[in-house]
Amino acid sequence: MFQRFILLCLFLSIHFIAIAQDCDLSISGQIIDIHDNSTLQGAIIAIKGSNVVAYSDKNGNYELENICSGEITLEVSHPYCEPQTKKVSLKENSVINFRLEHHLEELNEVLLKGKLYDKNLNSSISNQIKTKELENFSNASLGDALKTLSGVSSLNTGSSIVKPIIQGLHSSRVLIINDNVRLHDQQWGEDHAPNVDINSAANVTVIKGASALKYGGDAVGGTIVIEPQKAPLKDTLMGKTILTGATNGRGGTFATSLIKANSNGFNYRIQGSLKRLGDLESPNYQLTNTGQRENNISLGMGLNKIDYGFDFSYKLTDSEIGILRSSHIGNSRDLVNSINRQEPFFIDDFSYSINSPKQQVTHQILKLNTFKKLKGIGEVNLQYSFQNNDRQEFDVRRGELRDKPAMDMNLKTHTLLAQLEWTTLEDFDSNFGMELNTQTNLPNPDTGVRRLIPDYDMYSAGIFATTDYTVRENWKIDAGIRYDFSRIDAEKFYYESRWNELNYDVLFPQFETYRVEKGQIFTEPSFDYHNISGTIGSNYTFDNGWQLLANLSSASRAPNPSELFSDGLHHSLATIEFGDLQIESEQSFKTSIGLKGKIDSFEFNIQPYYSYINNFIVIEPTGEQTTIRGSFPVWEYRQTNARLFGIDVNASYTYQNFDIASSFAYVNGHDLERDEALINMPPLNISNTITYRKKEWNNFYVSMNSEFIAEQNRYPDNNFLTDIVSSETGEFEEVLVDVSTPPGAYHLLNFRTGMEFKINSNRLSFNIILNNLLNTNYRNYLNRLRYYADEVGTNAMLQLKFNY
Amino acid sequence: MKTIKLLSLSVIATLLFSACSSDDDAPEVINEEEEITTLNVFLTPVGGGDTVTFTFRDLDGTNPENTGGTLQAGTTYVGETQFLNEREDEDVTEEVLEEGEEHQVFFTASNSLNVTTSYDDTDVNGNPIGIEFTLVAGEASQGNFRVTLIHEGDKFAEGASEGIYNPNLVGGETDIEVTFNVTVE
Repeated sequence: MFQRFILLCLFLSIHFIAIAQDCDLSISGQIIDIHDNSTLQGAIIAIKGSNVVAYSDKNGNYELENICSGEITLEVSHPYCEPQTKKVSLKENSVINFRLEHHLEELNEVLLKGKLYDKNLNSSISNQIKTKELENFSNASLGDALKTLSGVSSLNTGSSIVKPIIQGLHSSRVLIINDNVRLHDQQWGEDHAPNVDINSAANVTVIKGASALKYGGDAVGGTIVIEPQKAPLKDTLMGKTILTGATNGRGGTFATSLIKANSNGFNYRIQGSLKRLGDLESPNYQLTNTGQRENNISLGMGLNKIDYGFDFSYKLTDSEIGILRSSHIGNSRDLVNSINRQEPFFIDDFSYSINSPKQQVTHQILKLNTFKKLKGIGEVNLQYSFQNNDRQEFDVRRGELRDKPAMDMNLKTHTLLAQLEWTTLEDFDSNFGMELNTQTNLPNPDTGVRRLIPDYDMYSAGIFATTDYTVRENWKIDAGIRYDFSRIDAEKFYYESRWNELNYDVLFPQFETYRVEKGQIFTEPSFDYHNISGTIGSNYTFDNGWQLLANLSSASRAPNPSELFSDGLHHSLATIEFGDLQIESEQSFKTSIGLKGKIDSFEFNIQPYYSYINNFIVIEPTGEQTTIRGSFPVWEYRQTNARLFGIDVNASYTYQNFDIASSFAYVNGHDLERDEALINMPPLNISNTITYRKKEWNNFYVSMNSEFIAEQNRYPDNNFLTDIVSSETGEFEEVLVDVSTPPGAYHLLNFRTGMEFKINSNRLSFNIILNNLLNTNYRNYLNRLRYYADEVGTNAMLQLKFNY
Repeated sequence: MKTIKLLSLSVIATLLFSACSSDDDAPEVINEEEEITTLNVFLTPVGGGDTVTFTFRDLDGTNPENTGGTLQAGTTYVGETQFLNEREDEDVTEEVLEEGEEHQVFFTASNSLNVTTSYDDTDVNGNPIGIEFTLVAGEASQGNFRVTLIHEGDKFAEGASEGIYNPNLVGGETDIEVTFNVTVE
C-alpha cells in the first residue's frame, strides 16, 4: 500500500495554469501496467455521469478536453484490468497517470512465475502454440503438436515416441522447460520421449537457438518452454474436461483440470489425464505391440500477492509404451531380411496388451518457488525442484528373464535457482541468476544386462546475466552471458580387453582401480567441463508495424553420458555403439533473423538462420563386429565441425470467412570435415491449411490441411556390406545393408471440423478430426523404425470438450 | 517472514532429498545373463569313435574363437547342440529345451560340403528343436556348416520342419548365427 502511495505521488503531478475559464480544461496522462511499467493501449478513460470518453494510444497516453472545473469522478478500464475510479477536484489543466493491474486473467504470467522464466530475450526467434491448438493433440504427444510449427520436426521411434527436432537438432541439444523446471529425464536417448503431459500445457513456446540463456547455456538446438494453465486473480472455480476417442488404436484420452482461485491471491490446481490405446494400424496391416497407456496427474497450490508470493507443484507422468514387435531383431541379416520383406514379420490381430519390447517410464517433478519484490531494486526469485526419473526397457528375452527389464535406470536431479531482476536503471531490464544442480544416475544391477549408462554423480553450477536495453521506443537491444561448470564422476565396468583396445590404459590410467572381476575392470572416470555461452540481439519495429529481429548466439554443451560411456548392443537398430571418453564440449555459433509483418489481411514471418558448430558430436559406422549372434555394424561417436543453414516461413491470408495458412521449412546440415551431409536432417516440408469459419453458426469451422514432406536427398552413406550365408547355396555372399537411403516423398491430407455451444456460462465443443484422410501408405525418414513397417493409416477422432 | 520460512523449507527439502539419494556404495559387476558365450556341436560317430566338437566361444565380446573340424567320409554321427553362458557357468540349452516351441536350430551346409542333417527331437507341437540330431557325412568335401538358433520364428513355415531355413518365411530373431569351416575326408 505504501509503495502504491509513493508511486501515486510520483506520477500524480498537477500543473497550475492561471486561466480561469470554466469549461476549457483538459486532463491528460499515461496508463501504465503496475507490474512491469509497460504502457497500456486501449484503456477507456471516462468521466462519470457524462459522455466524455478517451482511449489511450499505443504509448498509453490519453487526453480529455473541454472539461468543466469542479468535482469529477474519473473511471479507467481496460479489457484485462481491474477498473479504477478516482475523484478529482478540477481547477486547472491536469496530468493524471493511472497504474492499472494488468493481466487479471493470467496471474502467473507476471506475478508468481515472477521474472524467473517469464519472457524471452526480445530478439529471440520463437514460435508459439496456444491452448486451442494444443487441445487438438490431447490424444497425441507434445512432439506431435510441436511439429505444426515451421522449423520443428520430430524424431520418432514408432508413432508413440516422438522427440522434437528444432531446426535439425534434437535430444541433448534441445532443452525442455516444463513449468519453470528444466526436464532431466534421460533426454540423451533418441528413443526417449520427453515426459510431459500435453494436457497440462496451456501454451508452448519454441525458442530456436541459444538466446534464452536463463534456461541453460547448452541449447545448441533450442529451448521448448511449456507453461501450464494459470490461475486468475479473482474468486472463481474453473475447469475443463476433454474426452477424445480414436478409431486407430481403438482407445482414447480423458483429460480434466480444475482451478480454484481467490481474489486474496490463494489458488489450488489439479489436473490429470488418462490415455489408453491398443495396437495401431497402418493402411495394410496391424502394427503389433504398439499399444500405449498413460496416467498423468499434477497438483499445485500457490499464493500470489503483488509484492510476494509462492508456488508449489507436483507432477507425475507414468507411461507404458509398446514398441513394434518386429523391430526387435537379432543381427545384420535379420535387418536385411526386414528391409527386403517390406512388411513386418509379426502381424497379429488387434490387441490392447503391451508386451516386450516396451518402455515403462515414470517421471516426478516437485517444485517450490517463491518471489519477493524489493523496493528500489527489483524482484528476487528462488526456486527449488526435485525430479525423479525411472525408466525400464523390456526386451524380448528368454526364460526367467522374460519379465525382467533389460534396462532399469533411476535418475534423480535437484536444482536450486536464484534470480534477481534489476530494474533500477532507466531503460535497462537486467537479470542475474545462479543455478545449482546435483544429479545421480543409478542403474539397477539386477537386469542381467551390462549397464548402457553407468552409475554417475554430476554436479553443475551456472551463473548468468542478461539485459534488455530500450534504445528508442521502437528499438530494443539485448545481450547475455552465461558460464557453466560441470563435473561428472562415473563408475563403470569395462571389459578389460575393450579398455586396452581403446588405449584407455595409456590415456586414462588414473581412472583404473585394482578391481577386476570376471574380465571386467572397474574404472572411475571423472571429468570437468567449463562452458561459456552468450547472446546478443536487436528488435526493431518499423513505422509500418513490421518487426525485424536479429540474433547472434553461442551455446556450449558438455558431452552427455551416452556420448562418453555407451558400450554395447542397441537392439532396435542392430548396432553396437561405443562412446568415447575423449569427447569434448561442442560449441555452436548461430545467427538468425526474423522478419514479420502484415499487409492488409496478409501476414508473414520469415526466419532464416546459419549456424556453425565446432566439435559437433556425431555417431557413425566405423566397422563390423562378429559375435555369436552374427555380425553387427559398429557405430562410434566422434567429433567434427558442422554447419547448418535453413529457413522457416509462415504466411497467412484472410478473406471473408476463409483463411489460408501456410508454412515451409528447409534445413541443410553438413559435416565439414568429411564433406558429407549430416544424418537425420528433416527433409523440406510444406503445410497448407484452408479454413472456413462461421461465427454465427455456433463458431462452426471446417478445415483441410495438406502436408507435403519431400524426400531427403542429402544423407550420409552409412550402408555397409555384410557376409551372410545364403539360405539356398549355403555359401557366403556379400550383401549390402542399405540403412541410409531415405524413403520417398509423401503427401497427407488432414480434415477437421467442429462447433461450440454455450450452456449458461459453460461451453461445450465438438470436434471431428480425421488424420491421414486418404489412408496414405508411407514411411518417414525421421522414424527410427522405418525399416520395419509403414506409418499409421487413417485415424478418425471425436473430441468433446467442456469448459466450466 | 513468509519468505524466510519458505526459504528455510526449501533448504530443508534439499537436504532431505539429497540425504535420501546419497549412495556411496560401489556398483556391483553385471554379467550378461542372457548372453550365450559358447556354442558347442558334439558329433559322435554311430558305432563308436572319437567325438568331433565344433566350438564358437566369445567371452568378452571382442575376441571370438571359432573351431571347425574334420569328419570322416561315409560316417553317420549322433549330433548334440549345446549353448553355454560360460561367464555365469550356465547351461542355456535347458532353457531352450523348456521353451522348445519358441526355438529352432537350423543346420545349413554349403553346396560344396557333402553333409546332410535330420532332426531327432520334437517340441510340444511335434516340431523339431534341433538339440538332438543326426548328421551324415558323404564323400570327401569342404565348405561351410552354419548353425542358426532362431527365437520366436514360425516353426510351421514351409520347409522349417525339414530344417530348411528360409528367413523370409521363418522370420523371428537370430539368437545365434555361427559358421564353421568343415572338412570331410
